[in-house]
Amino acid sequence: MSVAKRPTPVKRKSLNVSELSPTSKFFVYGILVLIALFWTVPTLGLLITSIRIPDDASNSGWWTVFTGNAHLTLQNYVDVLGTGGGEASNTAATINLNQAIVNTIIMAVPSTVIPIFLAAIAAYAFAWMVFPGRKILFMILVALLVVPLQMSLIPILRDYRVLGLNGTFLGVWLANTGFGLPLATYLLYNYIVTLPREVFESAVIDGASHPVMFTKLVVPLSVPAFASFAIFQFLWVWNGVLIPLVFLGDKQNVTVLPQRILQMIGTYGANWTILTAGAFVSMAIPLAIFIGFQRYFVRGMLAGSVKG
Amino acid sequence: MANMALEHIYKRYGKTTAVTDFNLNVEDGEFIVFVGPSGCGKSTTLRMIAGLEEISDGVLRIGDRVMNDVPPKDRDIAMVFQNYALYPHMNVYENMAFGLRLRKVPKDQIDQRVRGGAKILQIEHLLERKPKELSGGQRQRVALGRAIVREPKVFLMDEPLSNLDAKLRVEMRSQISKLHQNLKATTIYVTHDQIEAMTMGTRIVVMKDGFIQQVDTPLNLYDFPKNKFVAGFIGSPSMNFLTATCNNKTVSGNGFSVEAQGKLADSLSAYNGKQVWYGIRPEHLGLEGSTTIAGGANRLTGVIEVVEPLGAETDLMVNIGGQTVVAKVDGHAQVKVGDTVTLFCDQSRMHAFDMEKELAIGR
Repeated sequence: MSVAKRPTPVKRKSLNVSELSPTSKFFVYGILVLIALFWTVPTLGLLITSIRIPDDASNSGWWTVFTGNAHLTLQNYVDVLGTGGGEASNTAATINLNQAIVNTIIMAVPSTVIPIFLAAIAAYAFAWMVFPGRKILFMILVALLVVPLQMSLIPILRDYRVLGLNGTFLGVWLANTGFGLPLATYLLYNYIVTLPREVFESAVIDGASHPVMFTKLVVPLSVPAFASFAIFQFLWVWNGVLIPLVFLGDKQNVTVLPQRILQMIGTYGANWTILTAGAFVSMAIPLAIFIGFQRYFVRGMLAGSVKG
Repeated sequence: MANMALEHIYKRYGKTTAVTDFNLNVEDGEFIVFVGPSGCGKSTTLRMIAGLEEISDGVLRIGDRVMNDVPPKDRDIAMVFQNYALYPHMNVYENMAFGLRLRKVPKDQIDQRVRGGAKILQIEHLLERKPKELSGGQRQRVALGRAIVREPKVFLMDEPLSNLDAKLRVEMRSQISKLHQNLKATTIYVTHDQIEAMTMGTRIVVMKDGFIQQVDTPLNLYDFPKNKFVAGFIGSPSMNFLTATCNNKTVSGNGFSVEAQGKLADSLSAYNGKQVWYGIRPEHLGLEGSTTIAGGANRLTGVIEVVEPLGAETDLMVNIGGQTVVAKVDGHAQVKVGDTVTLFCDQSRMHAFDMEKELAIGR
């Protein structure tokens, strides 16, 4: 058991908007709405362009839909997602976004789950197990955060050639896991170390072994931390171009979404509506996952455990 | 249930020694209280018994078994923590059953024990709730329940009432005492509150700076403190100490002169002409005119500095020739700040301590 004393958290007084005067309230909300709008504009433009007809899109800006130039269609989505039937059969067959979506999911889900699983075990050990070299190892791990992943691409590629992992999903899972682990371990450590010490001591006396404490206490109590890291890692992996490009290659059967869209720029460079539809599809899935995961960001998982 | 022995126990952290030469024999069924100011090593000792801290030196026996290197789970102990340490994601039932499940106790027996424990602690209606839905007192009861369902040989309690408000603390205090009377389990209870220690313990271990000061029953600690620290720590308000000069059988100083009686008088003969601490508890001082203590060679005279009426009694702070004493006098005594008063000392209850060693002079 670690006996490191933690400082008592300082309670911050948060600003309560409802206590502000109407003028201040107006300013606060006004500025917030402005920022939100500002940040949303590019995405909105993307979405609108993706539902316009190609002629309109190449002749006028997307904002003209608000001034009566509104010929909207879902055909672009049919084109990128269609399975090859109907009039757009040619486009759909060549775009093959469905295959790319499936590939990206195959790449991203294990690339998120494996590092969380390993990092959680490591973080628990760093936080609550006493073993020689614990501090040094942890410092090395944190130091690894500054190593740019580009540096390791070539050595790993060479090893993968020997191991026959080039162009396989296993290879890209391992690469993403490796690149994600230091940050994952660091983040999860910071969370797990704040779990109340007495809870673990109590479990030790109750007869819990380390595996039991990990599965029965740490995992259920760390769900919010897992969820936050999962979202980051999933987004990075989902949007990453470099790692799949290097380790998966560009064969049709393993191409992932960002890479597919990159290829589409070459093929459909002038066809804005198709490109934006593709881009929006690639954005919509992480967005859906984010919203789906939101309920796991529960605060107060620890409420009631210890006083304070 | 079992007896327990701590023999020459030490705890060292690097160069500092937190606990020095701790010796104690605990009989089966005793309720032992470790009491002392914070940092005195009482919690450390408890944690060594629990196995949460390693024992640097010495031998710990529970029953007849040496426990030094036995992991906590095999020591057959249960511990209650100051901040409850409940498992936040489990309901009360699961919290209480957790330890039994890990010990592979059969399901029907777990159910029986958990419900039995819940009944004793009157938390049956809370079994389905999560800790966050409970009040502080209820949480601490669950923590107690988690300990009793284990049916351990020894209960260890680390300041279990410190986080509760005053009223609840008194309530829980008597509940723990009752629980101990019912279960007759050996209990080690750590607290910094001498009232808790006095009211609950069958024997009390007073500690300071890692050393045991005295081990005795509550009343013996009160009547026969071994040194000035114990005398001052036990009792509330605490004992008054005045520097005095010993002359024949009389201790005296500026504004007071008290003649010792009985054995203390004999012991004081060795201190003739020397300085000693004269110790007297506030409740053993009486105000001239409103006390049953007879006047004689036992007078302290001074000016009242503070009057604290508490209803049943009034605490007076009186300046006796430059030294302040507290006296518990009748609640309706007609006195005010600035009055010059004479206090009578109950000579059979007075104490004296060696000036340098601060050890009690035999009485």
